[in-house]
Amino acid sequence: MGEAAKTVIFEIERRDSTEKESYFEKFELPYRPNMNVISALMEIRRNPVNMEGKKTTPVNWDMNCLEEVCGACSMIINGKARQSCTALVDQLEQPIRLQPMKTFPVVRDLVVDRSRMFDSLKKVKAWVPIDGTHDLGEGPRMPERKRQWAYELSKCMTCGVCLEACPNVNDKSDFIGAAPLSQVRLMNAHPTGAMNRDERLNAIMGEGGLASCGNSQNCVESCPKGIPLTTSIAALNRETTVQMFRNFFGSDHAV
Amino acid sequence: MDNREFLLRRLHSLLGIIPIGLFLTQHLIVNHFATQGVEAFNNASHFMANLPFVIFLEIFVIYLPIMYHAFYGVYIAFTSKNNPGHYSYLRNLLFVAQRYTGVFLVVFIAWHVFETRFQVAIGNAAEADFNMMANILDNPWMLAFYIVGVLTATFHLSNGLWSFLVTWGITQSEKAQRYSTYFTLLVFLVLSVIGIRALLAFV
Repeated sequence: MGEAAKTVIFEIERRDSTEKESYFEKFELPYRPNMNVISALMEIRRNPVNMEGKKTTPVNWDMNCLEEVCGACSMIINGKARQSCTALVDQLEQPIRLQPMKTFPVVRDLVVDRSRMFDSLKKVKAWVPIDGTHDLGEGPRMPERKRQWAYELSKCMTCGVCLEACPNVNDKSDFIGAAPLSQVRLMNAHPTGAMNRDERLNAIMGEGGLASCGNSQNCVESCPKGIPLTTSIAALNRETTVQMFRNFFGSDHAV
Repeated sequence: MDNREFLLRRLHSLLGIIPIGLFLTQHLIVNHFATQGVEAFNNASHFMANLPFVIFLEIFVIYLPIMYHAFYGVYIAFTSKNNPGHYSYLRNLLFVAQRYTGVFLVVFIAWHVFETRFQVAIGNAAEADFNMMANILDNPWMLAFYIVGVLTATFHLSNGLWSFLVTWGITQSEKAQRYSTYFTLLVFLVLSVIGIRALLAFV
């Protein structure tokens, strides 16, 4: 134990409320092996003293599952959007800079409001309707290999990283981003979901839909779940090309 | 109409290739006659300038499509929030370059048309011939401006061809998109060599 105690330095972009200006505050914490960003934030919460030794308010952040399946703890870590639960301090350059994903409204400190993503999922009808006035029985079977393929798309946790990384999702555009688009491909791949495929395609052909994609492909590079988002977008581009003509000329294959 | 934005974006993508991309290719190839001497270029230029219904060809194949593509393109360029710093992936860098080259090309093409076709239209020059270009490119700054202009145009077309293939759902898988990157790189190199060789032939 001869050497000086190791520490970790954090630089956090803070904001007291939605309307307030943001400011940076630095924290220095004792290093512990295998610590991640969340455990560091918990340490700050336990002892909210900044680097100047002044007592401050604890930093607010969102979290839930702590195993990268819920998407709640997304934030910008050293410039890139990702989940803070899987951001290991050992693999990060210091000072570790934490910022909220400002593509979304910032609630406080690192907490953002991702409601727009859930609204988009409603807009594109990202569900399989199974309700009827009587028992509709079993749906059509889904081939096992298709199910395995669709499972990859279903890994989306609406974390918002793809929207944050996208240059076309910003306050000047109403682009819904890659995540809800890929869900349209997933729901249209489902044998029962496919019964409403044209409704979903028409929804993403509306304002802020598929056409606003500029193919920067940051989404697929950033997706923590490795979802083939750009393949989804290109596949939907093909589907909507056909849908566009079906809408105009009419078709026996409207559904 | 609800899907107006969708149709406008698709039209923007289509016009970039047909007719503008085809026109640019044709334009660079006709320019390449300059490497075969003054007379060869003047004959080719005279042929193009005296095609039947040339004014209608110009309006519907060049002016209207290019103006729509330019104005809507500037709108697209200024609604993006470029982030090449933290997300410096190849496709994102090309995305940013597509927007910068597009805005530059609006300026370059406006200047190029003003210097050549417009001067013929208002009677300051009889025809856009070899001497006209030789005079313009006599100035080394102008030559540099034109070289940059040609390279941005060939880049913008090649990269636009790549995203055209994605936008219309032709290249779908990662592999298809990677192969079309190689293909459009080849298009960029070939068109650039043709364009630059023609420019240097005037010097």
